[in-house]
Amino acid sequence: MPEPSTTETTAAKRQDSKSGAVEREFTVQERGQFQLVVRRFFQHRLAVISLVLLVVIVLLAYIGGWLWKYGPEDITPDNSEAPSLEHPFGTDAVGKDMLANVLRGTQISLQISVLVAIFSTVVGTIWGAVAGYYRGWVDTVLMRISDLVLTLPLLAVAAVLAHNVGGSWWLIAVVIAGLYWAYVSRVARGVVLSLREKEFIEAARALGAGDGRIIFRHLVPNALGSVIVNATILVSIGILLETALSFLGFGVRAPDTSLGLLVSSAQTAVDTRPWLFYFPGLFIILIALTINFIGDGLRDAFDPQQTKVRA
Amino acid sequence: MTSFDSQTTADPVLSVEDLTVQFPSDDGLVQAVRGVSYQLDRGEVLGVVGESGSGKSVTSMAIMGLLPRTARVSGRIDFKGRNLLELSEKEMTRVRGSGVAMVFQDPMTSLNPVYPVGDQIAEAITAHHDVRKEVARKQAVELLDLVRIPNPQQRATEYPHQLSGGMRQRVVIAIAIANRPEVIIADEPTTALDVTVQAQVLDALQAAKEETGAAMVLITHDLGVIAGQADRVQVMYAGKVVEAGTVDDIFYTPRMPYTLGLLGSLPRLDIKSERLTPIAGAPPSVVNMPPGCPFSPRCPMAADICDREEPTLEPTTDGRHVSACHFRDDLAGREPTDLFNPTSVDDAEAVAAGEKNE
Amino acid sequence: MSHSAAEVLPEQNERTPVLSARNVVKHFPVRSGGLIRRQIGEVQAVSGVSFDIYERETLALVGESGCGKSTTARVVLNLQPATDGEVRFEGTDLNTLNRKDLQRLRREMQIVFQDPYASVDPRMPVNEIIAEPLRIHGLYDKGGRDRVRELLATVGLRPEHGNRYPHEFSGGQRQRIGIARALALRPKLLVLDEPVSALDVSIQAGVLNLLQDLQAEFGLSYLFVSHDLSVVRHISDRIAVMYLGKIVETAPSEELFSNPAHPYTQALISAIPVPDPRKERTRERIVITGDVPSPANPPSGCRFRTRCPKFANELSDAERTKCIDEEPLLVDRGQGHPSACHYAQVRQLI
Repeated sequence: MPEPSTTETTAAKRQDSKSGAVEREFTVQERGQFQLVVRRFFQHRLAVISLVLLVVIVLLAYIGGWLWKYGPEDITPDNSEAPSLEHPFGTDAVGKDMLANVLRGTQISLQISVLVAIFSTVVGTIWGAVAGYYRGWVDTVLMRISDLVLTLPLLAVAAVLAHNVGGSWWLIAVVIAGLYWAYVSRVARGVVLSLREKEFIEAARALGAGDGRIIFRHLVPNALGSVIVNATILVSIGILLETALSFLGFGVRAPDTSLGLLVSSAQTAVDTRPWLFYFPGLFIILIALTINFIGDGLRDAFDPQQTKVRA
Repeated sequence: MTSFDSQTTADPVLSVEDLTVQFPSDDGLVQAVRGVSYQLDRGEVLGVVGESGSGKSVTSMAIMGLLPRTARVSGRIDFKGRNLLELSEKEMTRVRGSGVAMVFQDPMTSLNPVYPVGDQIAEAITAHHDVRKEVARKQAVELLDLVRIPNPQQRATEYPHQLSGGMRQRVVIAIAIANRPEVIIADEPTTALDVTVQAQVLDALQAAKEETGAAMVLITHDLGVIAGQADRVQVMYAGKVVEAGTVDDIFYTPRMPYTLGLLGSLPRLDIKSERLTPIAGAPPSVVNMPPGCPFSPRCPMAADICDREEPTLEPTTDGRHVSACHFRDDLAGREPTDLFNPTSVDDAEAVAAGEKNE
Repeated sequence: MSHSAAEVLPEQNERTPVLSARNVVKHFPVRSGGLIRRQIGEVQAVSGVSFDIYERETLALVGESGCGKSTTARVVLNLQPATDGEVRFEGTDLNTLNRKDLQRLRREMQIVFQDPYASVDPRMPVNEIIAEPLRIHGLYDKGGRDRVRELLATVGLRPEHGNRYPHEFSGGQRQRIGIARALALRPKLLVLDEPVSALDVSIQAGVLNLLQDLQAEFGLSYLFVSHDLSVVRHISDRIAVMYLGKIVETAPSEELFSNPAHPYTQALISAIPVPDPRKERTRERIVITGDVPSPANPPSGCRFRTRCPKFANELSDAERTKCIDEEPLLVDRGQGHPSACHYAQVRQLI
């Protein structure tokens, strides 16, 4: 039974419709597509917490790293010191402050992952969208190349390429992205395949839209939901892959540092000087987890699993 | 709480009292069904008519106990002396299929694609009765014949994908009546079918009803189907019954503006109409509903009282013909064209204000 | 197949039809699976359809699922290439046009789809949806904005609706948006593919009224594809009934309903329920049994013979042979309009 409400409210509702709102009696508040997505995202508690945490980490890495009294290269007289007020993350054998190094490593690792995500998303989406749209031999050729890339053992190839190309962080990013776009292209192609049968694509063609317009103005924006979710997962994978590469010695090299490199250098010290190992490790885990949960939240926000009930 | 139907027959087979169903959602509480009451007599066909958002399907899902767990249901559903809403899931499974059977809109999802249809019918029988498989299979073939499937012996061995849409729906009907239920609920059984096939399926439905003596709730938006099949009709709008009566009452002497509007907006096969009279605006969203009649924003007869007080179902032409409208008596003898404009504008307010799309 | 002159109203004989289709054929190849996909059959969706549409008139293509009406509509617009046959727009054969000219022709013929939810891009605001055709054809720069506003008003929406997204509108409103979009380029012909089938009944009427108003105001021709004979009776001037890829009967609207000659038309009319209890329960019914044959394997001779009540109940064996062997042509057999039945006979049903 509808609850009793004052005539004021009713009048207010009438007023609302008169002021030009969409003609729907008892309207629910209008929201743009984007706002709906944002709203749904914020209902996902884990995702929101993760987002906050990630933002804190990012700010810490960049602003904190800038403000902190020690730089990653600074050699202090305190060698191999356990965490203290002076050096919250302790120091290494040479006397470098670990907090500074972990923050710097976080910066680099994040940069690599973000670059990987952006590059592979852009390339992969366009690749997959074109393949999915044209189908036929275009699809076959493009996807066979993509499949080929996918069959390459990621770690091994990345290791070889990275080894030859050198250790600066952005090159590592390019190497990883050069292999990862293939995953994105499959996702994009799948989404485009289902979208291209939708009537609004046929409508665009009937209006005289060319292929380019259909792909870039219609298919890609609608595929963005899945693609963005995928991209966040890629960032997370990127971190872990970079860690693995650097751990094996094929990734970032001195003078650059990364979380993976830090963990790698600290392998032998796990028992004797655990702070060298666990702090960078903790950061790796935190970043990977938070990004994963954000990805979950985004997925739910773009494509909520509601039970539909017919009325 | 409505108390119409005071002169009901003594023995209704199904009695729904003040059924309310609500779903929590992003935007608030969706009031899908807001206090629906009706009685179904033995052997009668009750046609439930409504458009999207009217709550017609949710009502029958509530009867079958098929609502999602998030649904909040209250009221009573009396069937064979028990309140179905109070039964456990286990007890409900026993009622489903043998007491109350349902025919859904899409036969493809109601049938299991990996079993032959004869087996599926037989399974429905053995689920509720202790008979041997061969006996059940034989009964299955007889049922296929009853629903007018040619060559039933052969068809019983076929898989759902080998049958056409109309045949599949008839198989679904056969399964529904396999255990001689007392109530059959058919929710848009022919909406997805071609019109010539629709005729065949409705025929089968009628045969099924006659064979079992079951009462039927026929839910559809198609007023033509209702005119041909129903004994009594219930018109639903925004989660409530707004008019109920015999099929002649509803079609020839409607007493609710929405019913009139519906009848006037139909293009007719038998009459050449120059201009239709649509109902401007759209069915309301059933979240956060303001007080008053839910139809008033679109109603050409709306007055202040309509926004303040939601009308209850009261008798009009006779005790069993009820309507929920403050002005029910003023509608005697009125045609849809008396009330609604033959406009093409969608904007209810603009129409009310007298603007016309010239 | 010759086009019967008896079907054309006298005063239209001299005018060029806006759209003219002759023996349009559309077959879809059925391929086997595997690496080398051979063609193992073909789905004969449209098998020789001919019709004319004149200015300011509505021709309805009516039939049930699988009859080929939607495919015909798309072939006529060149959204799908025809396998054979000829389509002329104001006399110009579409086959003779190069890509650029075809692009320009798009401005003259537009389409409104069935599903108001799927036929607009959910990520574009309404203004953009309606502006898109103008942008594509380079017409937006000069007064495009005003034109969009004008179109919104024409279909009964308000200017402020333009900033909103499709999901904020009801089905009827979205269909109006689709109509506005189709009108943007001032076409002469609108193809409407089941434009009201997905709408609630009370909303349907408003959209139908709108279509009538637009036709009167802009002099549009409509090719109205539908399965709903009641709607078709209301809005069309002439009707062509399709079955399994062929037109089986065609007549002016009133003529078809008062004097249907082909058994399929008769069955169709008798199957459609009428919202009038007394009439509905006392009607004469012609029931057809069986299912629609697969368009990949249509029956020989008359395609309707496998379900035809006349074939099953009224014809002698000798007469039946003719139905099996000889395909009936779409010609006037004395009833005043063409029908494709060897034994066509008018039966008044309503």
